[in-house]
Amino acid sequence: MPKKSYRQAINEAIRQEMRRDPNVIVLGEDVAGGQGSSGGPGKVGSVFGVLAGLYDEFGADRVLDTPITESAIIGTAGGAAMTGLRPIAEIMFADFVGVCFDQIYNQAAKFRYMFGGRAKTPLVIRTTIGAGFRAGAQHSQTLHPLFTMVPGLKVVMPANAYDAKGLMIEAIRDDDPVVFLESKLLYDSDGEVPDEPYRVPFGEANVLREGKDVTVIGTGFMVARAAQVAAELAKSGIQCEVIDPRTTSPFDEDTLIESVQKTGRLVVVDESPPRCGLAADISSIVAEKAFKALKAPIRKVTCPHTPVPFAPNLEDEYMPNPRRIEAAIREVLAA
Amino acid sequence: MAKNGGAAKASAKPQTLLGYYRDMLLIRRFEERAGQLYGMGLIGGFCHLYIGQEAVVVGMQAAMQPGDQVITGYRDHGHMLACGMEANGVMAELTGRAGGYSKGKGGSMHMFSREKNFFGGHGIVGAQVSLGTGIAFANRYRDNGAVCVAYFGDGAANQGQVYESFNMASLWKLPIVYVVENNQYAMGTSVQRSSSETHLHRRGASFNIPGEEVDGMDVLAVREAGARALKHARTGQGPMLLEMKTYRYRGHSMSDPAKYRTREEVDAVRQHSDPIERLKLRLMEDQVADEAALKEIDREVRAIVSASAEFAQSSPEPDASELMTDIYR
Ligand SMILES: Cc1ncc(C[n+]2csc(CCOP(=O)(O)OP(=O)(O)O)c2C)c(N)n1
Ligand SMILES: [Mg+2]
Repeated sequence: MPKKSYRQAINEAIRQEMRRDPNVIVLGEDVAGGQGSSGGPGKVGSVFGVLAGLYDEFGADRVLDTPITESAIIGTAGGAAMTGLRPIAEIMFADFVGVCFDQIYNQAAKFRYMFGGRAKTPLVIRTTIGAGFRAGAQHSQTLHPLFTMVPGLKVVMPANAYDAKGLMIEAIRDDDPVVFLESKLLYDSDGEVPDEPYRVPFGEANVLREGKDVTVIGTGFMVARAAQVAAELAKSGIQCEVIDPRTTSPFDEDTLIESVQKTGRLVVVDESPPRCGLAADISSIVAEKAFKALKAPIRKVTCPHTPVPFAPNLEDEYMPNPRRIEAAIREVLAA
Repeated sequence: MAKNGGAAKASAKPQTLLGYYRDMLLIRRFEERAGQLYGMGLIGGFCHLYIGQEAVVVGMQAAMQPGDQVITGYRDHGHMLACGMEANGVMAELTGRAGGYSKGKGGSMHMFSREKNFFGGHGIVGAQVSLGTGIAFANRYRDNGAVCVAYFGDGAANQGQVYESFNMASLWKLPIVYVVENNQYAMGTSVQRSSSETHLHRRGASFNIPGEEVDGMDVLAVREAGARALKHARTGQGPMLLEMKTYRYRGHSMSDPAKYRTREEVDAVRQHSDPIERLKLRLMEDQVADEAALKEIDREVRAIVSASAEFAQSSPEPDASELMTDIYR
């Protein structure tokens, strides 16, 4: 199978869906870039280059540079989606959803239910998450808990290139608003990605590695970190089962519960602050549904309850890192 | 933008002109050095350089009075230096060191100084405009005679909260001067492609906010316009909007390959409208200073910048315990 980067995989998914369905459009800040300036249009392809070349293929009618105006980007995309267009709106960094959250959680997310099932909003909101870029407090957050807690939103966190393509195609074809969270630190990671279109369904976890000693679950970039630690520990005979839920809403409880029934131990790795976060949510699911199987208290490895610091030494400590993940695994094994 | 030599013939004392020259040069040299440190990997993340736009903050600062406040976005190094913040503390923040203004916890976009009335570097485009409006509200509430100067970009000028703020500020006659730094690009999107009204100084019209277009490459023109606007705001007539026509020479941030515009476009502005060169020309023409005197200023400025680069590398990393401080009290 051909190797492609996570970035290319998303690009290919969007490109193929745009070829297939004229209702699919792309809008956001600098998604083409360069229009009206001396260098010519299409020169940016979104800040992380994910949309490179789309302008050249589909033109200004379908690849729209917007002003810096997040509320109107999401509002416009949501309105167009109600009519049956399938807009893919980009919010450059997840941090900026603060500007347009009303359009996400009061509007798009509520339409299907609030209008008694009469409305549908096939909208994809792509945005980027994650610290580790030395980008400071307002450009580094991982805000999946914020979206996950909103009924009506589907929340996707691809952890590798293969999933990125299949989940994006699924997101575009889905009839509900989908928040598609791209991990900045994964853009350059490679994986085997088929050339033809394929779908990866929502709500089906990926078990990366089977093991009998401890269940380790994480999302996005944290999946790679958990897998890395698991591979290290395997050398000393510790068998971790590593689970990537792929989507946090819907969430595949069955796979997780089944795993914990087997291992009796759970470590949740999550890149976001600990309070009211995904790690707390997952822990509560397991505490409710697999309490009797637990041989040790659940351990959460999260960020501290602080904004993201800029200084590299602090930021590296802020993120769940292999050292902290390993310590947590050893701790539940010792209990 | 006017061409070199067309600098406004506004009157100014020789020492004052030399002061502007020095202040602009300090920003230019500081930014050049920051760019170098970035290239060497000593600065990470985002680093938005102000090169080309120096006349805007230096001219505005010259028109301001003690007690007036400044708030801006993430392209903030020039604003901080113009406010009189220390080059050392700014550069050390860029390198993420304990000696930085935010102890290394903020980075290039996020510094703050109550002492110098600088209310921050903000990373969410447009947020500073509402915040500046609040600072102006506090000025009027306290009746302290101060005016807030809120800077934002041509791209930021399309954010909804800018207009929500305009309306309130005009309604309440708040002492604020809104300064749009129109450098013609918001990352890779030109003003023509993002704005239905490209004359951004007209953007206040429907809120009864008078606007003025200013040659932002001419420090004296900026100062004059700034003085008028500040007076307007200070005398209870409400906000004013200044559109500074300017240009950024470098990419949006250090990681911007700037493929959206040609080298020639950038070179043309550099050659014909550079704010520092223009003032230099005038200083020489008016025989305020000769080549040697200007060289001396350059030497002085370079020494400050070099010292700041040293400091930014020798200052220690923040202590690990700093991760958990300053959250709340
Ligand atoms: C709410 C929000 N949207 C988008 C961005 C990303 N962004 C940062 S700077 C910028 C361009 C702003 O351009 P302009 O206002 O003209 O200021 P300039 O960079 O030219 O100084 C964009 C889109 C952001 N930081 N915040
Ligand atoms: Mg601009």
